[in-house]
Amino acid sequence: MSLMSRLRFALSRRRVDEETRLELEAHLELLVEKYARSGMTPDEARIAARRQLGNTLRVREEMYRMNSIGWIERVSSDLSFALRMIRRNAGFAAAAIATLALGTGATTAIFAVVNGVLIRPLPYPDPDALIAVWHSAQFQSVTSNNIRLSSTMYLAYRAHNETFQDFGVWHTGAANVTGMGEPEEVRTLVVTYGTLPAIGVRPARGRWFSPADDSAATQETVILGHGYWQRRFGGNVGVLGQTITIDSRPREVIAIMPRGFRFMNADADVILPQRFAGDELQPNDVHAYVGIARLKPGVSIAQADADVARMLPIWIAEYGTSGPVLRAAHFAPALRPLKQDAVGDVGRVLWVLMGTIGIVLLIACANVANLQLVRTDARQQELAVRAALGAGWVHIARQLLVESVTLGVLGGALGLGLAYAGLRLLTTIGPTNLPRLAEVSIDRVVLAFTIGVSVVSGLVFGLIPVAKYARPRASTALRDALHGGRSLTQSRERHRAQNALVVAQVALAVVLLVASGLMIRSFEALRHVRPGFDRPDQIEAVRISIPEAQVAAPERVVRMQHDIADQIRAIPGVTSVAFATALPMETEFENDTVVTADGRTYAEGIPPLRRAKYVAPGLFTTLGTPLLAGRDFTWTDVFDDRQVAVVSENMAREWWGEASAALGKRIRVGRVGEWNEIVGVVGDVYDSGAHQAAPPIVYWRAGVQRGRGTSSYIPRAVTFAIRSSRAGTEDFVKQVSQAVWNVNPNLPLSRVQTLGEIYDQSMSRTSFTLVMLGIAGSMALVLGIVGIYGVIAYTVSQRRREIGIRLALGAQHGEVRRRFVRYGLGLTAVGIAIGLGAAAGLTRLMTSLLFGISPQDPATYVAVSLVLALAAACASYVPVQRAMNADPVEALRAE
Amino acid sequence: MAKGSAGARDRTDVLQGTLDLMVLQTLEGMGPLHGYGIARRIEQVSDDALKLNEGTVYASLLRLQHRRWISAAWGSSENNRRAKFYTITRAGRRQLTTATKNWERIAGVMARLLRSAPS
Repeated sequence: MSLMSRLRFALSRRRVDEETRLELEAHLELLVEKYARSGMTPDEARIAARRQLGNTLRVREEMYRMNSIGWIERVSSDLSFALRMIRRNAGFAAAAIATLALGTGATTAIFAVVNGVLIRPLPYPDPDALIAVWHSAQFQSVTSNNIRLSSTMYLAYRAHNETFQDFGVWHTGAANVTGMGEPEEVRTLVVTYGTLPAIGVRPARGRWFSPADDSAATQETVILGHGYWQRRFGGNVGVLGQTITIDSRPREVIAIMPRGFRFMNADADVILPQRFAGDELQPNDVHAYVGIARLKPGVSIAQADADVARMLPIWIAEYGTSGPVLRAAHFAPALRPLKQDAVGDVGRVLWVLMGTIGIVLLIACANVANLQLVRTDARQQELAVRAALGAGWVHIARQLLVESVTLGVLGGALGLGLAYAGLRLLTTIGPTNLPRLAEVSIDRVVLAFTIGVSVVSGLVFGLIPVAKYARPRASTALRDALHGGRSLTQSRERHRAQNALVVAQVALAVVLLVASGLMIRSFEALRHVRPGFDRPDQIEAVRISIPEAQVAAPERVVRMQHDIADQIRAIPGVTSVAFATALPMETEFENDTVVTADGRTYAEGIPPLRRAKYVAPGLFTTLGTPLLAGRDFTWTDVFDDRQVAVVSENMAREWWGEASAALGKRIRVGRVGEWNEIVGVVGDVYDSGAHQAAPPIVYWRAGVQRGRGTSSYIPRAVTFAIRSSRAGTEDFVKQVSQAVWNVNPNLPLSRVQTLGEIYDQSMSRTSFTLVMLGIAGSMALVLGIVGIYGVIAYTVSQRRREIGIRLALGAQHGEVRRRFVRYGLGLTAVGIAIGLGAAAGLTRLMTSLLFGISPQDPATYVAVSLVLALAAACASYVPVQRAMNADPVEALRAE
Repeated sequence: MAKGSAGARDRTDVLQGTLDLMVLQTLEGMGPLHGYGIARRIEQVSDDALKLNEGTVYASLLRLQHRRWISAAWGSSENNRRAKFYTITRAGRRQLTTATKNWERIAGVMARLLRSAPS
């Protein structure tokens, strides 16, 4: 019979029974009539009829059973019994549920993050067809898969591709909005017209960009982000068709994106069309654009890869790019799923966290299993009575399991609440560079996970007492228990199970504590890295961009930057001020260029990429970067267009052996620029963050950069570094803004923060992992200690009689105490030994998260062992001491 | 099955599973019937050779409903009493055919077996 019709019968069984009763009654009456007609007296007829019909109650019972679904009935009766037992043992239940809630809650929270970040698909239609278009190339045997597209590649691919349904390029940046009160810097997303259709998200109002928006001949346009539209225009639809001024150019608002739209991890205020013009279409234009494409249905990434490989020669032929150089660099397409780009390398961190939290859950289960063991032991009488009354072991096992699973599910429900609260906390304290954090939530997948975890953990800790008290043949032992007197073997067996649980708990706690210990040591090591600058908390950073539409002439831009520096320097408390295209660890503005030195040759003719910055005079002094040889830039260098450069110490050593040897050597950008003479060598700076090696850096002077012929370049967006003991105060920032506006009232200040904050952000992933592992580690420690305490306390209570006798016979308190503490420490020692072994293997998985420390760092292992041993000693001592304080006579009488 | 302490010694208990087949055959032969009618028909056909606790007919009817071999509906009987009428379904007819064949085969085997046994 199908489950559905079974259910139908089961649900209507009361009605069916009532109908059967009526049928049987009618049947009886008919039989009575029949016998009466054959001449019997009414009484005889009734008796005969009854006999013929048989036992109707029995028939009805049988039919009722047939209409029931046995296991549901039994489980629901077990469930109500379980709830009664839980209510009766409120203390035990509270402890178990709280422990489980902690375990399940933490696991759920982390799983929600893993699910939101790693598992759930991107929030765009048909996300599997979305790919990121990158290229790979080799520079001096270093392979990079992150080569972007140049403008001409975009044009070539757009025209010739056969596998893309939509294709576009994009990049993010910032722009100044003026003409509406104080100037404001907004986050921009710049896209070609194919980019938004590729993602597949339509504007809430208005239209996508068209090819016309990308061409120079038409009115410039802009699409507003939902948040910015709400913030700046109060959600007024009338803004469509109006004109706003962005970077001093009027742009018509053509659309508003829907609420919650994010492009990859960018939450842009405004979306601008990408217009390629003039210089940007040079064959050797920089590879500055990220490509995105939606594949045609049924096209694989491999096919698209082949398609791009086919187009590369077309691009070279059409735009006159240097083919041999590209071939020498093994230039090739490297397409990959868009999701990989959106998620980045955070996967490892999250899986390690997931693993550690899983361990916490295991420890919590072990704790509850221990509680269950003790309680089941106390319930032996009850179980024995049930067994004596004929309950089979299957029945008792089911009963115990239903109780455990009920506890597990109650704990899980509470844990879900904890997870919800935890996630809200996490999204506020979480590192800013954790991608897709906005998408993290408790959805159906997470709910299913929580339910699964609760039930499974209930089964896990429930099976242990079941295995002890409700196996086949266990019921004979239970019957013995009914006759009083627990046998020695049984209590030994019970202790064996409990001891095993405690050892497991300690071992798991060791693994977690070692993991968090290693993170602490890594963090310390990071903190001790000398980053190449000094007291970053006293350096205020402010980014200022001077748009071409406001100040066209490059010479005037650098003059204005110089004047701003002068104004800021006049603020009371400012020691020094300078600026650069990017301060240390401002990774979003970092820039690498090909650098060649006079008289050096390179393997395969490919010169290396070097970190490059344009810096103003005085920057090194302001930051505290030591000048090792030569001199700093001067303003004369800047205004006289002198071709000079400064290099970092590691770069000087790599190319010329020692710092001072670099002085007087000549370097240039690529192989065509003008030569620059090296006038100074400065200390290394950990420019990509403290956790990455200090890159070799070339510093060009600020100001106008002359290319060959008439073309020139001026860095318009620079970050000012202001050293002052007042850095970071609101008052100070206000004065800095005023100083800037004294020079030009239309310049907004963006990214106002101290260099110390930038520094902390570069370590945010490590500190996040540290905090999370720290929480997991402390939970493990507390639960482990509770476990040891519980077992010792229980053992002591079981042996109070023995203790009493010993004390009465004159044993020394110290001697008895030592026995128990030694017992607890013995268990701990076994646990620590196993845990250290496991940690040595498992922590290798987190090597990539560590910094400056080996996953087998002995100091951490020793410290963790000592901490645990000490804690275990305390956890054993306390219950023993309490037993000692009791009167021995009382203890003897109690038994 | 019923324990019944009925008098006649030559009456046999109904074998488990046999009752279902009898009920099916009765419904196939007689058309829709209520429980009492089915019991009477079986009594009539068996010529008083079977010892049947008639209440078990209802358990059999429920079993057959679970299998969807018969369906039930309330109606009124010849003397205008409300009664539940049972009707054999298509699946029930198919089952009846296979079960009848089975029964005949087993009965044949049993007959041969018993005849060949030494007395």
